[in-house]
Amino acid sequence: MRCSGRGSGILPLSIDGVSVSLAGRRVLDNISLTIPQGERTVVLGPNGAGKTTLLRLCHGLLPPDSGELDWQGPEAIHRRQRQAMVFQRPVMLRRSVRANIAHGLKVRRVARRERRARVDEVLEATGLEDFATRPARRLSIGEQQRVAIARAWALAPEVLFLDEPTASLDPGATRAVEILVGLISRAGTTVVLTTQDLAQARRLADRVVFFHGGRALEMAAAESFFARPRSPEARAFIAGDLFWSGAPVSGGREAWVVHER
Amino acid sequence: MQQFGDAFAAALGLIVSADSGLGEIVALSLRVSASAVVLALLLGLPLGALLALYRFPGRGVAIVGVNALMGLPPVVVGLVVYLMFSRSGPLGVFGLLYSPSAMIIAQLALVLPIIAALSRQHIEDLWGEYGDQLRSFGSSRWRAVPTLLWEGRISLLTVVLAGFGRAIAEVGAVMIVGGNIDHYTRVMTTAISLETSKGDLPLALGLGVVLLLLSLAVNTGLTLARATTVRQAG
Repeated sequence: MRCSGRGSGILPLSIDGVSVSLAGRRVLDNISLTIPQGERTVVLGPNGAGKTTLLRLCHGLLPPDSGELDWQGPEAIHRRQRQAMVFQRPVMLRRSVRANIAHGLKVRRVARRERRARVDEVLEATGLEDFATRPARRLSIGEQQRVAIARAWALAPEVLFLDEPTASLDPGATRAVEILVGLISRAGTTVVLTTQDLAQARRLADRVVFFHGGRALEMAAAESFFARPRSPEARAFIAGDLFWSGAPVSGGREAWVVHER
Repeated sequence: MQQFGDAFAAALGLIVSADSGLGEIVALSLRVSASAVVLALLLGLPLGALLALYRFPGRGVAIVGVNALMGLPPVVVGLVVYLMFSRSGPLGVFGLLYSPSAMIIAQLALVLPIIAALSRQHIEDLWGEYGDQLRSFGSSRWRAVPTLLWEGRISLLTVVLAGFGRAIAEVGAVMIVGGNIDHYTRVMTTAISLETSKGDLPLALGLGVVLLLLSLAVNTGLTLARATTVRQAG
């Protein structure tokens, strides 16, 4: 699989002073960051930090209340066409795996012959050939998520957003998803992935954006982030401390607190 | 009770001997109600989709209105269609009164709100589930409609059933606009009504049994179709 047009693409994306409120709550608070081309950016943070909202915003599913998203290139209309997104819970259409993968291409008016070729290519590259004729809704949740990723990849996006793709998967399925993400990234698609799983961030990230309480507290290369986190929140998160009402709690595993939005 | 038993036996006799009068009536019933349901689907599904997916002023009122119309009394629909198509009515020039066409129109008016209201609910729920994913593919809301209808095909079969059940079983509207003319606009329900008042209970009961069997057959068929779809598509 190739990614379309390196060099003349839509990346880097710069986000400048963006805020979003949902149902009266400020979910993203004055975010400024850049998503460079060709790297794996992992957006790391606890539940309710605003990670999902950030991806939805980048993908154009949600307008910012204030601030700007600045993509490269002039073709504003075609930008969504050069992105793809995988959601936390895979949304499978009631049809075969093959038809699921073909559907996105159909919506984007890819001609039938090319569609078939691309679906075959993706099925092969992702090792999902054996599932091709199976009803997608009958697959396990892990298999469904792999189909969702293959379906997104078939669109040959320049940038692929993955919203906690392994949040409800067992370790085996998580591993399979991570292998796919690595494959897609090496094939030239820029990957932006959210997670609250520190180990996953360590395995996948070139760059880390650390989110907490609707704010991007740190943006750094992965090694330097894990070696020298600058904010106290990031230090607490890496140390395995849990969060209480948005503030880090010391006392580690004895503190039976659950962070909820 | 004795009378009931005799009538029932006679009814079965009529069915088994494939009485031609009975066949004619059953065929017209099916033709009128099926046409009404098909037309109602053609109009009602886009209307349901429009109400489900588009935000416009007065949308809430429109939804309440369509939902309320599900309870339209057939005789009132019959009366209104009668007034429209009567010689002096605004559509009188078409000369459709007392014809199967008028009956189809009357049943269409009864079934359309059911199809529109129920499909609106289904499509809105489906959009909640699929909306982000379809928009991510690049679907506009308009482009999403056929996808959502196909995704909801299993529950939409139930909507079709509800509409057909309403059409085939009603008597008030077809009686008024059709007139129960023998060999021309007589359908099962109007025939049952007539034969009962005449005291010809075997024919009335025979038609009643056929009506039930027909309903059973249609439901069985759609249930099988549904099961097949579930098996194939998950």
